[in-house]
Amino acid sequence: MGSKVAGVVIIGGGHAGFQCIDSLRKGGYAGPITLVDADPHLPYQRPPLSKGYLLEGADPDTLLFRTAAYYSEQSVNLHLGIAAAAIDRERHTVQLTNGLSLSYDQLVLAPGASIRPLRVPDEIADQVHYIKTLGDIDRINTQLGTAQNLVVVGGGFIGLEFAATARKLGKNVSVLVRGPRIMNQNVTPELSRFMLEQHRAHGADIQLNTSIETVSRLDNGGFEILTTDGRTLSCDMLVAGIGVTPDTRLAEAAGLECDEGIVVDAGCRTSDPAIYAAGDAVCFTHPLADTRIRIESVQNAVDQAKVIAANILGKPAEYDSAPWFWSDQYEFKLQMAGLHAGYDHVVQRGTTESGKFTLFLYRGERLIAVHTVNKPADHMAARKLLAAGISPSFDEAADENVKLNSLLKR
Amino acid sequence: MPKVVYVDFQGNRNELEVANGMTLMQGAVMNGLDGIEGECSGSCACATCHCYVDEAYLDKLPEMSENEDELLDGTASERLGSSRLSCQIRMTDDLDGIVVQLPEEQ
Repeated sequence: MGSKVAGVVIIGGGHAGFQCIDSLRKGGYAGPITLVDADPHLPYQRPPLSKGYLLEGADPDTLLFRTAAYYSEQSVNLHLGIAAAAIDRERHTVQLTNGLSLSYDQLVLAPGASIRPLRVPDEIADQVHYIKTLGDIDRINTQLGTAQNLVVVGGGFIGLEFAATARKLGKNVSVLVRGPRIMNQNVTPELSRFMLEQHRAHGADIQLNTSIETVSRLDNGGFEILTTDGRTLSCDMLVAGIGVTPDTRLAEAAGLECDEGIVVDAGCRTSDPAIYAAGDAVCFTHPLADTRIRIESVQNAVDQAKVIAANILGKPAEYDSAPWFWSDQYEFKLQMAGLHAGYDHVVQRGTTESGKFTLFLYRGERLIAVHTVNKPADHMAARKLLAAGISPSFDEAADENVKLNSLLKR
Repeated sequence: MPKVVYVDFQGNRNELEVANGMTLMQGAVMNGLDGIEGECSGSCACATCHCYVDEAYLDKLPEMSENEDELLDGTASERLGSSRLSCQIRMTDDLDGIVVQLPEEQ
């Protein structure tokens, strides 16, 4: 070990970056910790931005992981509003866009993912809203007061959560969904259909199998959209949630192995053992998946960051947690546990009519995922079942009288 | 600013100022207090912000939702009559001085 400790430099202040700081300090790490984030705000939580934030008063302080005092008490150096420009792996330094150079013993990359931009003419491109940062949602909020008609492009979680929020605020909302189903990648056809009905019942105009053909600016400042299936829509605001791409720019430029994501091993190390990576930008082989995967979720970011902190602290750890995530749309709380790719059998507990039900997804007789609607207790129990590798029989899964927690004890 | 007294499992009292509109979960987490996790960012989805509320304040709390009720049935530490999820309690002047006990595990 060298005589001088350079410490840990973390790039990215989302869930992964923040968790890494907290786990390192809680684990007794005494060296310097430096956080670099292009976002100018103190590290904050992003999930509420498309969910409750606009409905609950849009107070940015409610999103903070910690108050400013925490970072000084814990001796964390913050470089906020400044991006990392390059990594020099030989010298163990990171260059920032403001010219500063930071030395590291270990580097943690948690850059997240970049918004996939909507393909529209240049003069319209900067009018399109996205939902990723506090700055994005603040811009939306300043225009939302006077806007009445909104078009949302994208039928994934972000687009649908925002559509539900806008409906609650009394806006007219049309959602253009490119595929035949909403949340196509992430939930079963049953759940997709159920939520489609709920969105329509709440007055959102959801249009499937369509996207923007052309869009033009109107004299009143609004937009006129011609869809690929020949409809014309006009709106005051255009909001897009059409996915993200992992931010691998720095890693690739530094010669780290990337494959539609920064490749990490079970210990969340990149191809350079002094550099770790976590969160939305990372791809890896999960013990529950057949192929290399990338997961965009809080759970993934937090649990990978904990693994990294443990490894830096010299307590070898591997990432094998069962994935889970959630979405809030109207009065419905959707919670997904496990990885459902490759399921071949569904057992439902509870009725769709009641608006509270649980879907058990099996591959053969093995439970691989559980999706719940307004059944948070089932979700929590399902996570424990999945972690323990316990598969209820189809009959047990369907029977509301069988408490899921009781199955853990066998 | 109204105050909240968080009493951890070992009996240590931490008195914190929590702004009106913030939840008791946020007040604890943002100030780095151990004993409350709030891994779902306060959307009443995970039951890792379980607390026991001092009886004197129980009546002043917002009514419990069905989701909260069900989640409290699955908490890591025992559910008691005074159990609530602290992400579902928003600070008001009325709650100034509220005392909450944190469970052994979340």
